Amino acid sequence: MDMIHAEQLVYEYDKRDEEGNVIGTNRAIDGVNIDVPQGSFVAVLGHNGSGKSTLAKHMNAILVPTGGTMWVDGRDTKDPEELWNVRQTAGMVFQNPDNQIIGTVVEEDVGFGPENLGVPTDEIWKRVEESLRSVGMIEYRKASPNKLSGGQKQRVAIAGVIAMEPKCIVLDEPTAMLDPNGRREVIRAVEKLRKEKKVTVILITHYMEEVIAADQVFVMDEGHIVMHGTPREIFSRVDELKSYRMDVPQVTMLAEELRKRGLDVPRGILRREELVEALCRLR
Amino acid sequence: MSITLEHVNYVYSPGTAYEKQALKDVSFEIPQGQFVGIIGHTGSGKSTLIQHLNGLVKATSGRILYEGKNIYDNDYDMRKLRSQVGLVFQYPEYQLFEVDVLTDVCFGPKNQGFSPEECEKNAREALELVGFPEKYYKQSPFELSGGQKRRAAIAGVLAMKPKVLILDEPTAGLDPKGRDEILDQIEKLHRETGMTVVLVSHSMEDVARYVDRIIVMNHGEKMLDGTPREVFRHYRELEKVGLAAPQVTYVMHDLKAHGFEVDPDATTIEEAADEIMKAFRGKEGALA
Repeated sequence: MDMIHAEQLVYEYDKRDEEGNVIGTNRAIDGVNIDVPQGSFVAVLGHNGSGKSTLAKHMNAILVPTGGTMWVDGRDTKDPEELWNVRQTAGMVFQNPDNQIIGTVVEEDVGFGPENLGVPTDEIWKRVEESLRSVGMIEYRKASPNKLSGGQKQRVAIAGVIAMEPKCIVLDEPTAMLDPNGRREVIRAVEKLRKEKKVTVILITHYMEEVIAADQVFVMDEGHIVMHGTPREIFSRVDELKSYRMDVPQVTMLAEELRKRGLDVPRGILRREELVEALCRLR
Repeated sequence: MSITLEHVNYVYSPGTAYEKQALKDVSFEIPQGQFVGIIGHTGSGKSTLIQHLNGLVKATSGRILYEGKNIYDNDYDMRKLRSQVGLVFQYPEYQLFEVDVLTDVCFGPKNQGFSPEECEKNAREALELVGFPEKYYKQSPFELSGGQKRRAAIAGVLAMKPKVLILDEPTAGLDPKGRDEILDQIEKLHRETGMTVVLVSHSMEDVARYVDRIIVMNHGEKMLDGTPREVFRHYRELEKVGLAAPQVTYVMHDLKAHGFEVDPDATTIEEAADEIMKAFRGKEGALA
């Protein structure tokens, strides 16, 4: 079954003038259909204002559609009775780690979620330990979050979500504020979660390198899904991607440049080993 | 016409339990007109360093000279320094506050004591320099897209006519096109006005593409200082401190290891493509 399934999803909100009078409506999501199979890794790309964060917020009912339907693990997010079930199914991680950490000690912060769910104390500690271990932060369990680096804080935030044992985790630009090392740590932690815990992962990002391992990539523009395919398919369409203000990984760009200059390099090269291999074959 | 740092040290909260040396014996000179990149992982001292350059933070010891004069001298005109060395903070759009974009950009020159006409002239020039569309001049800054807000905020600093522009991660959170647009505009500004530009960035690819020189900070110390080619040659050391070389540099090293006759120091797509084509040109039949 699909973990996330949307049919003709629409989200409109009122535009207001300075006095608060409604002067029109904005359609942030405009007829989106999307299927995310359970256990898969899906990436969503799109420029600032393309609607990707709005879409993400529909996946745990922070926003509910004004048209069409969004099902999370078979539950209609519009149904008020299902609200808490939806939120427990899909956990969210946001851009700024400082806005998501409330505890003064790492392990307390991670325990906050399950405690609110009414999980028994023994079980909370078990989950805290397990989730900190799965993001590689167990040795910081007694540390104060404000002493951690951005990447470490973000991994604590992810552990906090994992401790609630969601079936699905939605990450909205989790690496935007991090340095290269922090970005790598976070992406590795996410990939590990997916493999070991079979959690469905939805990653929203501006970094093309982070989506290489995804099963499918969606590109959004003006509230629509304009491209959909595997990373290799998506990154073979360099000019089209650029027209949506996106980019391709630098290695893909180099391969494209070499092809333009007359070398017979295949399209859609994603990793550096692939490029080196292709060039060795041409020699 | 330069900024010189001589043995600058900076200690946070000295004498308390939180004492931390954020800068350790940092010395360098930035000549007028250079485009400098500063890289380093979170907490390496980059932000503390740039806040020293316009006197926002005072060094615990050491000297900073701007145009040959010690900025810590008692009679030094700090106000003038701050208007000549413009600092654009991270996420500068959070500092927009006026009713419309043009008024917001006028705020700096107004504080410098310019007449309303001069303020508007400077503001318009600055907005033009960053490629901000005129049709939005009278719009509330809060209704703009992320990229436009960022431009408006940068224009706010440029309107003060600085000779040195320092930008702390000006592209954080922008989409790839927005990122390229801002950096292209800064590059153009640098080329056309001869302004000194100091760019703090987490993107090795961006730094390699735009700057003349890179200063690498690590644990408050200057670890490396040179052209992108020189600095990224030390990619293994960079990795140890949480940084990396641009992806293409790794490709070049891999190719060399596979017996290609290429110079592995290429740091941009163009340089790499040139090198690879050169290596292939000698061999018949490889070109399609």
